[in-house]
Amino acid sequence: MIDLVQPLLNGERRALARMLTALENERPGYETALAALYPHTGRAWIVGITGAPGTGKSSLVSALAKAYRARGQTVAILAVDPTSPFTGGAILGDRIRMRDLAGDAGVFIRSMATRGSLGGLARATRDAIRVMDAAGFDRVLVETVGAGQSEIDIVRAAYTTIVIEAPGLGDDVQAIKAGILEIADVLAVNKADLSGADNTVRGLRAMLELGHPASRTELLQHHGQLMSVEPSANGHNAPLWMPPIVRTVATNGQGVDELLDAIEQHREHVLSAGLVELERAHIEIEIYERLRETLLLRFLQALPGDTLADMLRRVQAREIDPRGAVSELMGLVGNQAIG
Amino acid sequence: MSKQAVRVLIAKPGLDGHDRGAKVIARALRDAGMEVIYTGLRQTPEMIAEAALQEDVDVVGLSILSGAHMALVPRVRELMDANGLRDVALLVGGIIPDDDIVTLKAMGVSGVFGPGTSTEDIVKHIRALQSGQGA
Repeated sequence: MIDLVQPLLNGERRALARMLTALENERPGYETALAALYPHTGRAWIVGITGAPGTGKSSLVSALAKAYRARGQTVAILAVDPTSPFTGGAILGDRIRMRDLAGDAGVFIRSMATRGSLGGLARATRDAIRVMDAAGFDRVLVETVGAGQSEIDIVRAAYTTIVIEAPGLGDDVQAIKAGILEIADVLAVNKADLSGADNTVRGLRAMLELGHPASRTELLQHHGQLMSVEPSANGHNAPLWMPPIVRTVATNGQGVDELLDAIEQHREHVLSAGLVELERAHIEIEIYERLRETLLLRFLQALPGDTLADMLRRVQAREIDPRGAVSELMGLVGNQAIG
Repeated sequence: MSKQAVRVLIAKPGLDGHDRGAKVIARALRDAGMEVIYTGLRQTPEMIAEAALQEDVDVVGLSILSGAHMALVPRVRELMDANGLRDVALLVGGIIPDDDIVTLKAMGVSGVFGPGTSTEDIVKHIRALQSGQGA
C-alpha cells in the first residue's frame, strides 16, 4: 500500500482509487499508508451534505461541484449509500445524478457503501476524506445516506454542513425536533420551484429564530442573515453564525451560486472564528472513538474462554443484572486489559 | 469478519432507454452481497471507463439492447485498458448475435449473457472470476 502514497500525492487518479479501496477493505499495510498521507492533509475544505431521501442531495452535490469548477476549484465527491443489512450488498446510485461532471479531470467521484455503520456515514468515510484531501482537491463534498433525524455523524467529519430540505416533507413540528436541523451551518430548500416552498422556508426560519443560539441578538439586527454579535457570556470569543436559508432548484441550477456563496461565507467565518478549535474537537472525538474500540477489543481478548457467553447466560437467567455483569467482568480482567 | 466486497459497475452505454434489465441485474448482484455502482442511462464509453477507474471496481457490466455493441464494447475495453484497468473483467448483457459473441470474447469480454439468462448464472460467473483472481 505504501507504494500508492507517492503517486497519490502526485495526483494519479488510479492510485487514489486504489487507496480508497484499500482503506475500505482494511488491506494489510493501509494504516502505514494513511499515516504517511496524514501530514499532507488539512488543506481541503470539507463540506457535508445531508437531508432526507429524495430531497435532491445528489443533484445538488453535482450542481455544487459544477459551480466550484466554474470558479476554478477542484472537487472530490464522496457519496455514501446504505448497505443492505440482510445481504451485505449495496446499490450505489448517486452517480446517476452526476453525469454532468463526467470527463472533467478536476472532479473525482467515489461511491461508498455504509457496510453496517449507522449514523449516515461509513466507517471508512473519515479516512477516505483525508485521502482525497491529501490528493490535493480544494473541496471535498461528502454526501451522506438519506438521513432522518439522528444520522448526524457528518458534523464530526465536515467543516461546513448543509442540510437539505424540500417542500412537503413534514409540518413545522418536524422542524423544531432535536436532531438533524441543529447540525446545519447552511440550510438549502431544494425543489424551490414546487408549491409549498414558501411554507418550508417560513417553517425553517421560525425554527431558527426560536431555537438558534445566534438568534437572540440577531432578531434585533438583520433577519436571517450572516451577522456578528457581541461575544456571548460563556467565554466564547467567536461571533455566532446564523445558518442562512438558501432556495435552490438543483435540476436547473437556480440558487446554486448563492448556496456556494453561503458555504464560502461559512468557511470564512470558521477560518476567522477558530478552525483550530473545530478541528481539535473533531480530532478529540475521533481519538475517543478509536480508544473505545481498541480498549474493547483488548478487553474481549483478555477475557478467558467462554466467560462472556457464560455471563450472557446468567444475565438472561436473571441471576445477575447487566450492570452487575459488567462490574464482575471488569473485576475479572481489570487492569491487564489496558496494560 | 470479512471486509472485502466485490464492486461491480453496471452501465448502459449508447442511446437505448431500456434499463429494466440493468436494474434487475443490479438488484440480483446486491442480493448476492456485492456493491453495485449503477450509473444510469446513456453513458459514453469514456464515462464508463472513467467511472470504473474512480470506483476501483472488480467487474464492469454493460447492458446493451440497441445493437450497437460492436461499436461500444471494444471502445469501452480499449479505454479501460488505457486507464490501467486490464485486470477488470468486462461482461455484456443484452441481445447479442452468436457470431458477435465469439468476436467480443476474443476482444477481452469475459462473459456475454443473452435473454433468458438466470441472474444466478451471472452471480456465479462473477464469483468464479473473483476466486480466479483472488488471494
